[in-house]
Amino acid sequence: MLGNNIPQSLSDKTFLTVNYAILTLFALSVLYPLIYVISASFSSTEAIMQGRVWLLPVNPTLDGYKAVFEYRYIWIGFSNSLFYAVLGTALNVVMTILAAYPLSRPNLDGKRFFMLLLVFATMFSGGLIPSYMLVKDLSMLGTRWALIIPAALSIWNAIMMRTYFKTSIPGELLEAAQIDGCSDSKYLTRIVIPLSGPIIAVVALFCAVGFWNQYFAAVIYLNDKDMFPLQLILRDILIQNEVDLSMLSNVGEVDKRNGLRELLKYSLIVVASAPVLIVYPFVQKHFVKGIMIGSLKG
Amino acid sequence: MEVAFKRIRRNWQLYLLFLPPLAYVLVFNYYPMYGAQIAFKDFNAVQGIWGSDWVGLKHFEQFVQSYEFWRVMRNTLLLSLYSLLVGFPFPIILALGLNYASNRFFKRTVQMVTYAPHFISVVVIVGLMSQLLNPRLGVVNRILEVLGYEAINFMGKPELFKTLYVLSDVWQNVGFACIIYLAALSGIDPAQHEAAIMDGGSIPRRMWHIDLPGIMPVAVIIFILGMGGILSTGFEKVLLMQNPLNYQTSEVIDTYVYKVGLVSVMPNYSYSTAIGLFKSLIGLVLLIGVNRFAKKINQESLW
Repeated sequence: MLGNNIPQSLSDKTFLTVNYAILTLFALSVLYPLIYVISASFSSTEAIMQGRVWLLPVNPTLDGYKAVFEYRYIWIGFSNSLFYAVLGTALNVVMTILAAYPLSRPNLDGKRFFMLLLVFATMFSGGLIPSYMLVKDLSMLGTRWALIIPAALSIWNAIMMRTYFKTSIPGELLEAAQIDGCSDSKYLTRIVIPLSGPIIAVVALFCAVGFWNQYFAAVIYLNDKDMFPLQLILRDILIQNEVDLSMLSNVGEVDKRNGLRELLKYSLIVVASAPVLIVYPFVQKHFVKGIMIGSLKG
Repeated sequence: MEVAFKRIRRNWQLYLLFLPPLAYVLVFNYYPMYGAQIAFKDFNAVQGIWGSDWVGLKHFEQFVQSYEFWRVMRNTLLLSLYSLLVGFPFPIILALGLNYASNRFFKRTVQMVTYAPHFISVVVIVGLMSQLLNPRLGVVNRILEVLGYEAINFMGKPELFKTLYVLSDVWQNVGFACIIYLAALSGIDPAQHEAAIMDGGSIPRRMWHIDLPGIMPVAVIIFILGMGGILSTGFEKVLLMQNPLNYQTSEVIDTYVYKVGLVSVMPNYSYSTAIGLFKSLIGLVLLIGVNRFAKKINQESLW
């Protein structure tokens, strides 16, 4: 975009050409693993076992996806993750607004102290074991709440939202509303929240992706497989290689079984990432906006 | 005093709104800090956090003198430094390159493609790596074989662990990390570039004298944050990439804390908490130290 109308020197032209070439190569190298996995997931078990997949699907079949659909725990995990993501995100959005709005008000007594309290909590933590003991003492161990309640608020998000409130909502609005006798809580629900669509969307997106992708909390807090989020089921299959083949119909000889195991993994990677990757192009600009707001110093 | 009290009363609704988040932070952030005192005690469940016996710095000494200490510290520091030194320049280079790609469609496409992996979960990333790097079936090893090399068991080689960790991180995050630099670049006054072009400044020179100084403040902040987190490695990813073959290079403070405290057949809460606290304290000191240093030389700081 820079200097488009000015004749360029030869060396600059060369530079730009090389620049385009490097960027293209780089983008391709990011893309290749993704394309490979998608292609492998549509290939046949024989093609996978013989290593004949390079770029495009070989002997295309839907066997892998069929196996994914038959694998009961994948569905359980899927619906569990949906539950955690929806409930956790809703709770987070409410908590974030409640934390951010009072702190965005100028001359609220004790504001500096509260901010310090929040900022310090982002820099220092009691650690894994004390947090675990807390969850245990609250009798949340082994329940679904253990994945939601301890993650009910992200302080970074609250600070980000506070910056948005401070910079994007004119103070005159508050004065006008106060003159008309509007209370603080009414002002928040009638004026601030309707004006804050973009930042609420950003916070909701960050949270939803976070809940969808998290697995460690489930590792330490849950033991009932029926409550496991998808990521934990994925870990068992993809990384610990624990595939319960009895859940799949028509598995014949050993060769076929091993092939199906591999194929299932590729299809699973696609199925697990698809929800986020399909939504992402549409919400990309919100994420970008979120980063920008977050980087402002409040 | 009375005036302040009056103001507080008039703003009671604001305090009421702030109550749930305040309670959350006190319970889930500050109560564990209180609980961390068991690092200085011999915790047992019957006596509880407060009632257990004080033992001073016993657990810290035990950790520092233990056989594991140097290995774990070394792995943690090397992995973080490696991540920081490789992960820090890439987004800047990508942003500089994209900034000179004048074709909008091209720029959009590259951005779209490079952001995408950021949203893939860490479990899937590690699963993807082990599929692609699989010694027998993985595409990387098949390429090596076609080129006439021997297949390599990448995930099982201790000496490759850190490189795999760092490069996959770059692959996943470089696009997303460059967003902030692109924004800083778009904030640079075009007049500077115009003036430089009039004076015959070539693109590399403009990058060096205009673009880099323009993004320096942002870069410094990001570097500070990185240095502050130097003891906090990507715990979840390390844990997923660990296997019995690579423990000697993959065991970091966080995974060690987890194993001592929760996985071991004889979990030791106090010892594990002490190691975690040791890490948190050094991290805090580092963050404050680097920030102060940056303020001195650059007038840039986090707060």
